[in-house]
Amino acid sequence: MRILLQNIHKHYGAVKANNGISLTIEPGTIHGILGENGAGKSTLMKILAGYIRKTGGEIVIGDAPASYRRPAEASRLGIGMLYQEPLDFPSLSVLDNFMLGQKAPNPPFSKGEAGGISAAEGEIPLGPPLKKGEAEIRERLSDLSRKFNFTLNPDAPVRSLTVGERQQLEILRLLAMGIQVLILDEPTTGISGEQKERLFQALRKLAAEGKNILLVSHKIEDVALLCDNITVLRHGTVAGEMRKPFDTIYLLEMMFGFPPDTPSPSGAFPGKQLLVMEQVSASGGRTGLKNCNVVIRQREIVGLAGLSGSGQELFLRVAAGITPPSHGEIRLRDMKMNGKDYHAFQQQGVIFAPSSRMEEGLIAGLSIAEHFTLLERQKGFWLKRSASAEEAKRRIEKFRVMGNPETPVQSLSGGNQQRLILSFLPEEPALLLLEHPGRGLDAESAHWVWEHLQSYTERNTGIIFSSSELEEILMVADRVLVFFEGNIIKDLKTEETNIHELASAIAGRIS
Amino acid sequence: MTNEIDISILLAGVIAGAAPIVLASLGETVTEKAGLINLSLDGSILLSAMAAFAVALETGSLIAGFFSGAVIGATVAATVAFFSIYLRQSQVAVGFVLTLMTRDLAYFLGNSYSRVPGPQVSPLPIPLLKDIPFFGTVFFSHNLTVYTSLLLIAFCWWYIYRTRAGLELRAVGEHPEAAYSRGISPKKIQMLYAACGGCLVGLAGASFSLCTKPGWGRPQGAEGTGWIALAIVIFGGWHPVKAAAGAYLFSFLQVLGIYLQGIFPSVPAQVFQVAPFPLMIFTLLLMYLAQKESVRMWAENKVWMKAVLKFFSGTAPGALGRAYRQD
Repeated sequence: MRILLQNIHKHYGAVKANNGISLTIEPGTIHGILGENGAGKSTLMKILAGYIRKTGGEIVIGDAPASYRRPAEASRLGIGMLYQEPLDFPSLSVLDNFMLGQKAPNPPFSKGEAGGISAAEGEIPLGPPLKKGEAEIRERLSDLSRKFNFTLNPDAPVRSLTVGERQQLEILRLLAMGIQVLILDEPTTGISGEQKERLFQALRKLAAEGKNILLVSHKIEDVALLCDNITVLRHGTVAGEMRKPFDTIYLLEMMFGFPPDTPSPSGAFPGKQLLVMEQVSASGGRTGLKNCNVVIRQREIVGLAGLSGSGQELFLRVAAGITPPSHGEIRLRDMKMNGKDYHAFQQQGVIFAPSSRMEEGLIAGLSIAEHFTLLERQKGFWLKRSASAEEAKRRIEKFRVMGNPETPVQSLSGGNQQRLILSFLPEEPALLLLEHPGRGLDAESAHWVWEHLQSYTERNTGIIFSSSELEEILMVADRVLVFFEGNIIKDLKTEETNIHELASAIAGRIS
Repeated sequence: MTNEIDISILLAGVIAGAAPIVLASLGETVTEKAGLINLSLDGSILLSAMAAFAVALETGSLIAGFFSGAVIGATVAATVAFFSIYLRQSQVAVGFVLTLMTRDLAYFLGNSYSRVPGPQVSPLPIPLLKDIPFFGTVFFSHNLTVYTSLLLIAFCWWYIYRTRAGLELRAVGEHPEAAYSRGISPKKIQMLYAACGGCLVGLAGASFSLCTKPGWGRPQGAEGTGWIALAIVIFGGWHPVKAAAGAYLFSFLQVLGIYLQGIFPSVPAQVFQVAPFPLMIFTLLLMYLAQKESVRMWAENKVWMKAVLKFFSGTAPGALGRAYRQD
């Protein structure tokens, strides 16, 4: 199916998220949509998937102009999307998730297109009891999984799956619905290298079958590796297009108008012992944390590598005093910290910035200024609004957050939320614990963030961060700890290792 | 009758007395499974009790009475749902105001029916089955309302967990945005099940005034049931069978209180009346423990404990109380 997007507009008030975008997607190709955060990629794709409605423009599918207003109508035309925030049901089983929205197999009292579509019209087809069609659906799921080399347990609840597995499930579900055009929004964020390889293989296979694949990403390496054509978006318009083979420098120029330079390890000389863990274990997560022995020194930047859920998350939370260790000893500057809570750790200068910005880091509904009010712990009963507004203004400027003191935090984009969280950090923390500080940031924002973080080490701060991007770790960290199944299996200096060694260590292979 | 307790009669009393609470808890479970909280329960039970009694008295038809109760319950629930879904107003505020309004409306409109003798559901022991020792008395010596409440427990469970429509219902309560992307209309589903749940709540009211506590008056005797049902839904972990079990436990404690009062006349009556409530709080403690990681690990190899913990573990629908917004 050839798809033409013609002069697509999407306006939110005065903001033009898409401002006259036109592009052509050829059948049987993998088409990359590249652009930095806020370039309008997701908006454009959600319009194509029917999830949001366009302000203007036309979509032509095959030869005929198509008008649809709902995701269900788009999927009837063969368009399906894997959303960046997974739109699935964590408490339901894999099989239930797979089944939801699909036509019931052999519905006894439906004429042709029952199931999903009549539900959109408002009738609820009771359908046959689930058990009846279940065997058939189970079969369909396992056939599809086998085809793409995915391993999914149909009875596991989806909340126990990794981000990559949830993606795999969504892809299989869309394919089972007969999707011809598959849109993937930032699919490589938060998944392991191995899962990424498997995903790319599957996508190549689908393209070879004649399906259209649309890959949305801000990661130039991923897009360049996989795609046949690339369209670069900037500020809601098309900045340029390119066919294979790609010139990365040229692509970067289209994305940013100039190629950003990359940060490098600070190379600072490590100082005194800051955080010491001896035989620390803790329970939680998928694997727990087992017998962890680590010394972190001042001025060190330490990266935590590993498949998601291998213990890095827990390590950071134990180091922050949020999760108490079940065994072992944890010391901060020779002070025993076992049994102390997060606030005691904070008083010692330990600062934790979690990855889920909206859930743990920011309070939705409060403005930027109000966040600073909370942070300052003002004395007295009355709020000193003007003082916090001024402080907010100062920091907004310094940290280049796109907004004003009255902006509610939930309306900021991901990159701006990340910068805002950074602006909350005190001037001289002893130890910074950062979870995926670069996640969801485009190259320029990530660069800015790391330059800022590195400046802390000049003030004797130690930094521990987790990342799913090995390149990021190698680029900025002095040392890397590799996690596998809850254990730290490698403790290496970044200058003495390389990406291949790390990649095989993550998978549990130690040479 | 001596002070000796006949277990089968006691249990039969529990099942009969719990019927309205079971109906109300099932109704609210269905509504909350779709992600909506209908706080108007207590008032709408009273209003539908009044309406059911008045209609049954005027028309002489019990069926008309039950029907009007169901319609009232569905209407009140649909009002809460409409304000929340389409007008985006707070479910809590609308539910609360409606609970007060419907209660006063019931007393005001029902004034002329106060203390008037009226029709009531007659007992219908099931032939043959009622003669089974013990079980016959406990399960098969009731009236149609009680049998219906028993059947509805099984039906609700089957519908929610074993049909495609039930799966869609759970999906909407869990993540309406995801349901929308799959061609399900969350707003319509929520409206529908708010009304269905309301129907059951209305039937609960009707079964009070036509069966469990026949007649109308001020107080009727159904006061407070709505709040208890709302609590039972939570204690039941949003599961219809567990919610029903909670309703029976509550009823059992009430009946037990009456018996015990006869045995220990020196203990103040209030002690037995209040007894169910601390027990409900204790259940919450168990639910908290059942969700704790360390407790789960401790119970890992203990089959019996694992089953107990599983029974007490229940999670709220992901989008409960959060109004769905499109776009």
